Amino acid sequence: MTVRSRILILVSAVAVLVAVGVASVLHASARAERRDHVQAGGPKVTSGTVTLTGHGRMVFRNMAWGPHRDELTRVPESDPAGARTASGVKCLRFYAASGTGVCLQAVHGPVSDTYRALILDARLHTRDRYDVPGIPSRARVSPTGHFAAWTAFVGGDSYAGTNFSTRTAIADTRTGELIPSLEAFRIVKDGHPYRATDVNFWGVTFAADDRTFYATLATEGRTYLVRGDLRTRTVTAVHANVECPSLSPDGTRVAYKKRVKGLSKDAPWHLYVLDLRTMRETALAEPRSVDDQAVWKDARTIVYALPGDYGADLYQVPADGSGRARRISTAAVSPAYLP
Amino acid sequence: MYVADSRASKAPVSAEGAARYAVAGRRRAAVAPTVLALGAVSLVTDVSSEMVTAVLPLYLVTGLGLSPLGFGLLDGIYNGFSALVRLVGGHLADRGGGRHKWVAGLGYGISALCKPLLLVAQTLTPIGLILAADRTGKGLRTAPRDALISLASTPENRGRAFGVHRAMDTAGALLGPLVAFLILRATVDGYDAVFTVSFCVAVLGVLVLVLFVPGGRQEAGGGDGARPTLRAAVGLLRGRDLRRIAVCALLLGLATVSDSFVYLLLQRRLGVPDRWFALLPLGTAAAFLLLAMPLGRLADRVGRWAVFLAGHGALLVAYALLLTSWHGTALPYVVLALHGGFYAATDGVLMAAASEGVPEALRSSGLAVVQTGQALARFACSLLFGTAWTLWGDRAALAGAAGALLVCAVFSVVVRPKGAVAV
Repeated sequence: MTVRSRILILVSAVAVLVAVGVASVLHASARAERRDHVQAGGPKVTSGTVTLTGHGRMVFRNMAWGPHRDELTRVPESDPAGARTASGVKCLRFYAASGTGVCLQAVHGPVSDTYRALILDARLHTRDRYDVPGIPSRARVSPTGHFAAWTAFVGGDSYAGTNFSTRTAIADTRTGELIPSLEAFRIVKDGHPYRATDVNFWGVTFAADDRTFYATLATEGRTYLVRGDLRTRTVTAVHANVECPSLSPDGTRVAYKKRVKGLSKDAPWHLYVLDLRTMRETALAEPRSVDDQAVWKDARTIVYALPGDYGADLYQVPADGSGRARRISTAAVSPAYLP
Repeated sequence: MYVADSRASKAPVSAEGAARYAVAGRRRAAVAPTVLALGAVSLVTDVSSEMVTAVLPLYLVTGLGLSPLGFGLLDGIYNGFSALVRLVGGHLADRGGGRHKWVAGLGYGISALCKPLLLVAQTLTPIGLILAADRTGKGLRTAPRDALISLASTPENRGRAFGVHRAMDTAGALLGPLVAFLILRATVDGYDAVFTVSFCVAVLGVLVLVLFVPGGRQEAGGGDGARPTLRAAVGLLRGRDLRRIAVCALLLGLATVSDSFVYLLLQRRLGVPDRWFALLPLGTAAAFLLLAMPLGRLADRVGRWAVFLAGHGALLVAYALLLTSWHGTALPYVVLALHGGFYAATDGVLMAAASEGVPEALRSSGLAVVQTGQALARFACSLLFGTAWTLWGDRAALAGAAGALLVCAVFSVVVRPKGAVAV
């Protein structure tokens, strides 16, 4: 083959490949156009004032298409599928309690995205900013509003690796003091101090005493529920196979994801509630695999997200294992209830 | 890319195999067109693969809503498998009198085909399998590609040839994430566009290889009577020079702490802010890119082994800086520059040094043996280092690694192979 024909082949191939590439990018950016338009039949969203001090409301990240996509939005707790009021503040993950919010958001830089955690006051103004070292995954505020915690996925630095670790941070919202990683805490497991490099923490949930918290500890391929103490900086393993715990308002029970044997590796979790006094596990009436840190709407009801047409929908199920799951809201994620 | 084309157009591309014209009597350009073409292939392929690597975590977490934890269990098993693939690739490439180009092409092709598969995989298990296939392609092509570079260059300028190739390769690795994020920025959830463009780029890489890298069959046995059998490949280690190089590479690999640990230590010991953590590998890559060519030329002048060892010296200094309690603002930059310099002085230079002790007919097999030994040793080191970190903490583990590196380096100075070119 002559050099000329080689170059000719290359040039024509490049033309075809460029066309395919450009077409795929254009197709994906047309999606942006579509998502900026309100879907027919979707929830009605209007701009307005959202505060974290109201009563009988739910504040969440709105995922419905249109100009208010990804914004913090409020609805009446009694009518979660009703008209939505959007705040203009965009978050990937969100939680709030006692007039303090935590909002994990992406910062679009010139070459890549970075992430940060904002501590919000009751009027959604930023009080504090922290860098988040990876892709945000979980966020919580203590019942008093004095502490906030978040988890990020960090990793994937080997060639096409899918090896992740998590980094969980806790911030004191009054002083601004940050614990960058729970891995600095002492670990007690089976009554002995425990150390390992493969330790990961995720999914903090706080008790009302501003001292106790619960979280998931993963090591050697297993997960544990740990009880943490902010004063002594210690975590103690109390139960095995617990992920993304969520402490009930009275502090006696934990709703969590449990890895159930026999389920597929891609959807291995079921929702359970653990009674912390008797250590009894109760399976909840949600047959699907849930990958979320659930929220207690009240002492009897658990709310959580499942994948939906617009990203995620919210469902609720009784906390005692009775009844059945029902959808309460479409195109919504990261709910926080303002009682 | 275009440089490679225009050079290639002047080169006598024929079925006799460009591998042979390296020894043509006339004075040629310092870097053979074949090397530039291979550099272009690697640059383009790395753009493609790093595009995927850069967006994969995001895609798994935000695109598919998965919690990608506990997924690293495959890695250990996979490392052993990938070593085997590398040796097989090297051996196959030598069979039948030099099929380097076609084995390398197969490797590039497999990796290219993995990209569109990512569009249809929605769960972790198939994604894991696709990534394993992608890395199998990478393992398959590495030794034949390096053999082609070494066969296309003369012993006097081999260091530079490898330097040019590694610089182009790293340039691709730096460009990939940039392209990926530009696409994500221009779209909404444009992961499908990233994978599609990545596939197109990968196909381009395979095309450049097929069209512009000469690789016809040469006469079997490149005049040195070696026959490319498995026995001969194993027998290579009986040659003193190659054996010494392989043993030294293996020993030094045992004391080379993996990149991710280096970045973690940088963050923990020097307090690099979280927001810069993701950019640390770019620092290493930038230094590697800038230094690969000059250090390759230096290796041609003063001897490959000297530069190879000096590279490990740079790594040792980087470890030492991480161990000191001195905290200057410049320190992270210095450590990353030394880390990149270590790669620039060792990665291609080792291949140039190993080429000396291997007959042409067994070039791929010989290089594969050295690469595999080094890769397995580094994997063992990361396991050991992780354990040491657990037992004694990061500082003690790093001190141990530094001590081991010093011992292995001294050993390598003593048993220095004789094959170094004196100019």
